[in-house]
Amino acid sequence: MTWLPTGLRARLVITFTLVAVTASAMVAGLGYQLVRRELLDRTERSAVADVRETLSKIALPVGASDVVWPSGTTVTDEDLGGIVSALEAPERTVIVTYGDQRRSSAGAVFSMADVPDQLRWQAARRLVYQRLQLRNEPWLIVATQIQRVTQESAARPTGLTAYVFVPLGEEERVLFRLWTALAQAGGITLTIALTVALLSARRVLLPVRRLGAAARALGAGDLHVRLPVRGKDELAELTATFNETAAALEDTVSELRTLESRSRRFVADVSHELRTPLTAMTAVTDMLSEDAEDLPADAGQAVRIVVREIDRLRVLVEHLIEISRFDAGAAVLRRETVDVGDTLADCLEVRGWADQVKLTVPVGMTFSLDARRFDVMVANLVGNALHHGAPPVLVGARLRDGGLEVTVRDHGSGIPDHVLPHVFDRFYKAGTDRARSVGSGLGLAIAKANAALHSGRLTVERQDPGTLFRLWIPRP
Amino acid sequence: MAGILLVEDDPSVRAGLELALTRQGHSVTAYATGEEALDHVRARRPEIVILDVMLPGIDGVEVCRRIRKLDSLPIILLTARGDDLDVVVGLEAGADDYVVKPVEPRVLDARIRAVLRRLESASADRVAFGDLVVDRGALKVSLAGKEVHLTPTELRLLLELVRHPGQVLNRRYLLRAVWDHTHVADSRLVDACVQRIRAKIEPIPADPVYIHTVRGFGYRFSPP
Repeated sequence: MTWLPTGLRARLVITFTLVAVTASAMVAGLGYQLVRRELLDRTERSAVADVRETLSKIALPVGASDVVWPSGTTVTDEDLGGIVSALEAPERTVIVTYGDQRRSSAGAVFSMADVPDQLRWQAARRLVYQRLQLRNEPWLIVATQIQRVTQESAARPTGLTAYVFVPLGEEERVLFRLWTALAQAGGITLTIALTVALLSARRVLLPVRRLGAAARALGAGDLHVRLPVRGKDELAELTATFNETAAALEDTVSELRTLESRSRRFVADVSHELRTPLTAMTAVTDMLSEDAEDLPADAGQAVRIVVREIDRLRVLVEHLIEISRFDAGAAVLRRETVDVGDTLADCLEVRGWADQVKLTVPVGMTFSLDARRFDVMVANLVGNALHHGAPPVLVGARLRDGGLEVTVRDHGSGIPDHVLPHVFDRFYKAGTDRARSVGSGLGLAIAKANAALHSGRLTVERQDPGTLFRLWIPRP
Repeated sequence: MAGILLVEDDPSVRAGLELALTRQGHSVTAYATGEEALDHVRARRPEIVILDVMLPGIDGVEVCRRIRKLDSLPIILLTARGDDLDVVVGLEAGADDYVVKPVEPRVLDARIRAVLRRLESASADRVAFGDLVVDRGALKVSLAGKEVHLTPTELRLLLELVRHPGQVLNRRYLLRAVWDHTHVADSRLVDACVQRIRAKIEPIPADPVYIHTVRGFGYRFSPP
């Protein structure tokens, strides 16, 4: 699993630290390189100068010929030894060669095998030097053809070659100490950079976090949230924009709420206003029904239509008033302990449904609920089952999950799957013909709202055949 | 059948109800305001008053209260909402029952008949519970020798409770027995009526000695 820093905070910290560390690494690296070069150069120069000076002081036996070592004479081991001892210094190894002859300083660690061929070849002509790693230690080899200066001040090669191994260990140690010190400084720089980066990221991001919290609060519905605008940077600008947006949103929402509550009040007012003429009409519908028998057939039919539609209108207005009370939050729950069986039996009996419904309920089961609202819910469910479903219609009640469960089941053709999620919607018309004939289109919405007022729930399930409505009310 | 005084401000509702109640055989006198109705009650006592709660001038609840000062005749309220505060206030003011608009004439007629139902004086006896004397023959109640004026509904409820001393009667039972309510129980009718009786017979209505509330069930008459 890879962890990628995606947060602004992490990116800020990483960027800042990278810049700081890179800068300090560059400075340290440059400094180190300069010191290293200077130190090694100086050592090289002094070693070379030392070799040169030593060699210039050696007095060689004077020969006639310019060509070779005192011509005619043989170069003895002592001659070579003399040169070696002249070039010797503590910790140095000196090798002097002449033809096939070799002479090394006492206790020499190195031999000619340690001298690279190229150096040997170059040393035949001029003074050369090379740094290299020998036996895991840094060494400087200074190699030169020993020349002699003739009386005419001309330099002549003697055929002698001197190899001086100068140790560089001390310099390496100095450089290593320098490196360590620089690395430590780098570590400290990293720590400081990280701390400063974290602190400043926190400082920079604090307004961002405040903005985030404020935006969340706004989303959660706290439309009054505003932030203080400090400074003149981009974040301050953003904060100001946020405040303006929040204010605009608050205005819009309050406007919408006003509109919504106005329209709800309008619905409630209209329903109430409709009630008075409906009361007058309802008062005389019974008389009309009775007299319809004596009227000519078509007039009687017309009267029956009027009576029936007044009845529908009455139910619709009742439901509208009921639902507008839920919308206004004015619905009050009035609990009392009732005998569930009696209440259900009353509900069916009053509406003349007792013969059409099979009621199964334990005797003497009591429960605390709002009897009127419970009656409304059960009546709606049973009414739907009788009108839209098919017999047998079964109503059952039992205690379950710390509450009361009432089930209403019919054995009709059932509610189509695409309609099922909408049965509790207001004025949802399942089939264009069916829902129009009976009911207001609000009955199940009111039943669900009544269940919710009891902190309970009303659900619907497909059965084979038919439909099952399940009302569950928790104990208070 | 009964002399009804109808008080309703809307002319159409008034005319409609008057027509329907007359058709049912009642003799109806209708008024638009509470003032006129009160004058009528003083001049010629009706058998029952049907009173709209929302009236111009003095409202239905106040009319109810004023009638109660004069008389214990039955009063049915016509209210716009079943669960309005109006109902509770009206019942506390002394109304015997209420119906919600728009009311079907059949329902209203049934309520009128229930409220006007003659009290059966089957057992012609007097029972005394401390200071409280219930004369079941003469249908009179007296407390410490003084007659207590109860409305017919209050009297019916008290007699029902007295008939089962020491027994808990639930609200549903009382609604059926006293109000003839087969419809879903509105326990507020019982509660308000019990309160009114307590105000008349209990020494301290808040700490009753005759009619006890059994929480969650109903009421029990247990004499001291």
